[in-house]
Amino acid sequence: MNGRLPLPCGRLPALGALICALAAPPSAAQSADRQARAWAAACAACHGSEGRSEGAIPSIAGREAGELYRAMVEFRDGQRTYATVMHQHARGYSDDELRRIARFFAARPAR
Amino acid sequence: MGPGRRHLLGAGLAGSAWALLGCGRIGSKKPIGRVVVVGGGFGGATAAKYVRKWEPRIEVTLVERNELFVSCPLSNLVLAGLRGIDDVTLPYSGLAKYGVILVRDEATAIDVDRRQVRLARGAPLPYDRLVLAPGIDFQFDRVPGLAVADASGRVLHAWKAGAQTVALRRQLEAMPDGGVFAISIPRVPFRCPPGPYERACLVAHYFKAAKPRSKVVVLDANPDVASKRDLFVAAWNELYPGLIEYRPDSELIGFDARTGVARLEVEDFAADVFNVIPPQQAGRIAQPLISVDDQWVGVEFLTFESEKVPGIHVIGDAIATAYGMPKSAFMANNHAKLVADAVIARLTGEPINEAPILANTCYSYVSDREVVHVASVHKWDAAKKTMLPVQGSGGLSAARTELEAHYAQSWARNIWDDVLD
Repeated sequence: MNGRLPLPCGRLPALGALICALAAPPSAAQSADRQARAWAAACAACHGSEGRSEGAIPSIAGREAGELYRAMVEFRDGQRTYATVMHQHARGYSDDELRRIARFFAARPAR
Repeated sequence: MGPGRRHLLGAGLAGSAWALLGCGRIGSKKPIGRVVVVGGGFGGATAAKYVRKWEPRIEVTLVERNELFVSCPLSNLVLAGLRGIDDVTLPYSGLAKYGVILVRDEATAIDVDRRQVRLARGAPLPYDRLVLAPGIDFQFDRVPGLAVADASGRVLHAWKAGAQTVALRRQLEAMPDGGVFAISIPRVPFRCPPGPYERACLVAHYFKAAKPRSKVVVLDANPDVASKRDLFVAAWNELYPGLIEYRPDSELIGFDARTGVARLEVEDFAADVFNVIPPQQAGRIAQPLISVDDQWVGVEFLTFESEKVPGIHVIGDAIATAYGMPKSAFMANNHAKLVADAVIARLTGEPINEAPILANTCYSYVSDREVVHVASVHKWDAAKKTMLPVQGSGGLSAARTELEAHYAQSWARNIWDDVLD
C-alpha cells in the first residue's frame, strides 16, 4: 500500500522504507538505473558477478530488496554483531544508495 | 545550464534512439564504437568484459601478451607451499562469451593523433576510446646493482605472479635450515601494500614447520609496517616468535649480485635467499602519461582519463591513486567498472555518473588458516575533485580469524570469475 503512494522512499522512516522497497515492482525504470548498476558492480568483486557467489560469501542476487536493504542498515547500525567487514562497507553508503543497490540485486536472477 | 550541458543532453537523446533500434534488431551490426583495452590483469580484463556486458553494441579488443592470467592475490600461498601455481592460474577463454576480441600481442606505442595502438607483431588497432591497464614496471635502475642481480636470476621479486613465484618457492625449498630469507620493501606507494608483510607471515609459516632454525628478515624502506600494522605485528609475535625480524627505515641502496650482499643505509646485509621488491612505476605503455612523482599516471577520477592526455583512460596499479586508495586487485577491478560505465557514456552520449562509489577489501593470510582484512569505501568529492574515503566507513579486522580465510577463498573465486568469466 505504501509502495503505491508517490512518496520518495528516501524520506520515509525505516519501516516505511522497507515496505516501499518491498512493494516496488521490478519496473523498466529500475532496470534502467544505470547509476545503481555502477554502484552494485563494486559489490560483485566479493559477492560475484550479478551477485551470484561461490563459497562462503553469500549470494545476494534475487533476494528481496527489502531484505537486502534491511541487512545493510543492520550492518551499518551495528546490530549485526557478528559482522567481519560488512559494517565497514555499509557505513559508506546513503539510504538512497543502499535501496537502489538492493533493488538492483533483487532484480537479478538467483541462478 | 550552459551550452555544453545542452549538447550533452541532446547527445543523450540520440543515444536512446540508437538503443531502441538495437533492441528491435533493426539497426545494422556496425558497432557504435571501438574500445581497445591494453593489459589483461584485474583491471583491464574487467574493463573489457564489462563494456561488452553492459553495451554489446561496442566492439572491444583486449591486448594481452600472456597466454594465461596468473593472480597475484593468493600467490603468497604458493611461496609457502600451500597452493600450486596452477591454483592461481586461469585462462582468458571465458571472455569470449561476452564477445571480447582477444589479441595476444604486445602494445608498443599509442598514436594519439590517429587513435591507434601499435603492436609488436600485429597491425595497429584503431580505437574510439582507449583503456590502459598496464600494471607496474620495476625501477631496477634506482638501486645500483639491482638490474644485474635481477638479470642473473639470483634475486627475485615475485611481485608479478608466475615464473618468479615458482622460482622463489624453489629457492626457499633449497635453502638450508638455519638460513636467512630477507624481503626488501620499497617506499610507499607500491603494488599491494599488505603483500610483503603477508609474505613474511607465510614464509615464516613454512619455516616453522619445515626449517624451524631459519629466519625471515623484513627490510622495510618505510618507517613502519605500511598496512594492517597491528594485525601483522600481532601475528608475528604470537604465531612466529623469534622467527621474523622487522627492520624499519632499511631502504635498499645497492646490491652486489656477485656476493649477494645488500647495501642498506646503515650496514651491509647478507641473506641466503634475497627477495627484493623493487621500486615501481606505471607499466611501459603508459609511461608517456606519467605526471605524478615521475612514477605514476595522474588521472581525473570521474572517468579515469589521463591528466596529460584526456581521452585515454588509465586504471589499476599504474595510476597515482587517490588518498587512502591502495594499489590492489580489488581497486583495479572497481576502477575498471567505473571506466566501463564512463566509456559507454562517452560513446552513447549518456551522462557520466557524477556520483561514483568505489570499494575495496583486501584479505591477507597470516597463517595457513587465518586471515585479516582492510576495507574502505571511496566517493567522489565534487569540491575537491577527487575520490575520498567516506568518513566512518572502512576499517580493519578486529582480529585474525579462520572465518575470514573462508571469505578470502570465496572472494578469490568470485573476483576471478568477475574478471574473466
